[in-house]
Amino acid sequence: MGYGFAAILRRDLLLAFRNRGEIANPIIFFFIVVTLIPLGLTPEASRLAVIAPGILWVMALLASLLSVEGLFHSDYRDGTLEQLVISPQPLYLMVLAKILAHWLITGLPLTLLAPVLGMMLSLPSAGYLPLVLGLLMGTAVLSLLGAIGAGLTVALRKGGLLLSLIVMPLYMPVLIFGASAVQRSVDGFSVQGPLAVMGALLAFSLLISPFATAGALRVSMHG
Amino acid sequence: MWQWFHRLGSPRWFYQTSGKWLPWLGGITFLLLIIGLVWGLGFAPRDAKQGNSFRIIYIHVPASFLALAGYYVMAIAGAVGLIWKMKLADMVMKSAAPLGAALTFVALVTGAIWGKPTWGTYWVWDARITSMLVLLFLYMGVMALQHSYTSVDAANRASAVLSLVGMVNIPIIYKSVDWWYTLHQPATIKFTEAPTMHPDMFHPLLVMIVGFYCFYALVLILNTRSEILHRERRSSWVKNVVLQNQR
Repeated sequence: MGYGFAAILRRDLLLAFRNRGEIANPIIFFFIVVTLIPLGLTPEASRLAVIAPGILWVMALLASLLSVEGLFHSDYRDGTLEQLVISPQPLYLMVLAKILAHWLITGLPLTLLAPVLGMMLSLPSAGYLPLVLGLLMGTAVLSLLGAIGAGLTVALRKGGLLLSLIVMPLYMPVLIFGASAVQRSVDGFSVQGPLAVMGALLAFSLLISPFATAGALRVSMHG
Repeated sequence: MWQWFHRLGSPRWFYQTSGKWLPWLGGITFLLLIIGLVWGLGFAPRDAKQGNSFRIIYIHVPASFLALAGYYVMAIAGAVGLIWKMKLADMVMKSAAPLGAALTFVALVTGAIWGKPTWGTYWVWDARITSMLVLLFLYMGVMALQHSYTSVDAANRASAVLSLVGMVNIPIIYKSVDWWYTLHQPATIKFTEAPTMHPDMFHPLLVMIVGFYCFYALVLILNTRSEILHRERRSSWVKNVVLQNQR
């Protein structure tokens, strides 16, 4: 049973490693947009520090959204997805493997680079740890929820905009708790609450999302 | 025992039966809405603080109730369609989406109009308003997904999956928005509604709420009927219905 999971995970990571340029895209996007903020608003450190927690989280959300669109796309085009759907391995686990691979190549690097961006936006030092911890769990939730939308829109010609339309409302709790964890830490409050909720969101979406995504992929393949 | 349930699966049976209900339902809806509006707008006492501007609740509150209830109607219909492959449920789901979105929009607009005289501004980032806005986005996502599939069957199942995911997420989104709001609570704006309503104000509101529920059922049935005619347009009974109406 775990064979399908391991095979898909290895295949997706290998594919990503062979196309290293694509891994960098969401990260470059993250950097460019963060560069736009001081240009558009103000280079003043004191004012940037106020908005940094929210900006960083909104950007991470957008970067994840952009990358999740391609989660099933090439597999759909070359017929791999069809083989996955009809294969005797449980689709639930194979989808989970794809999501995990996606998180490893987009969410995790984003999380690790977030402190650098925080520094560029002069985030106060108390905010770094909750930012990284929150993003570590939060980007996984974003990948899981985004996969449902990607599964529903993979067969559509203009899926990209539609995907963001249907997935963004579901992203809101992640944004609220992620950004507030950083904000609370900067303001000197305990961050256990929002981080615990983020963990709960992760556990919950880990249960629900592979089922929903597998269902969505079946719809897309037969429709 | 389950006969009625299986009968519901037949769009034709539903079309013919609901045709008999329509005059009754329409009459009751019309009566309740007229009574509620005249009573609420004309005879209910003025509010001590807000004067006459509070009277917009007779539209605002029922619309907000049904905006949320409508999402559950849509999602449950989607689940029934997904599980039992019931054609009628798919049609109900499709009809419920624009109706719910319209009611959410009405709730938002009346809220904004009410906000101007009471809070001094059309829009504030209040927890309830923000949740309503998110609900509107959820409806729009389901509608957009429904329209972007060319195959009817795929459109039904895709939007059913999405509305179920949305239904599971609604409590989470609502709770998180609540939490977000208490964290950022602005001190200047507070709800000026009295915690308990005077019975003279409450009774017309009750009539309006029941009236809106009937109105919702009426419009949902009408929408579903036209959807039935559209989807079954190649069948002989629809042709007969259309021919009879032309005569």
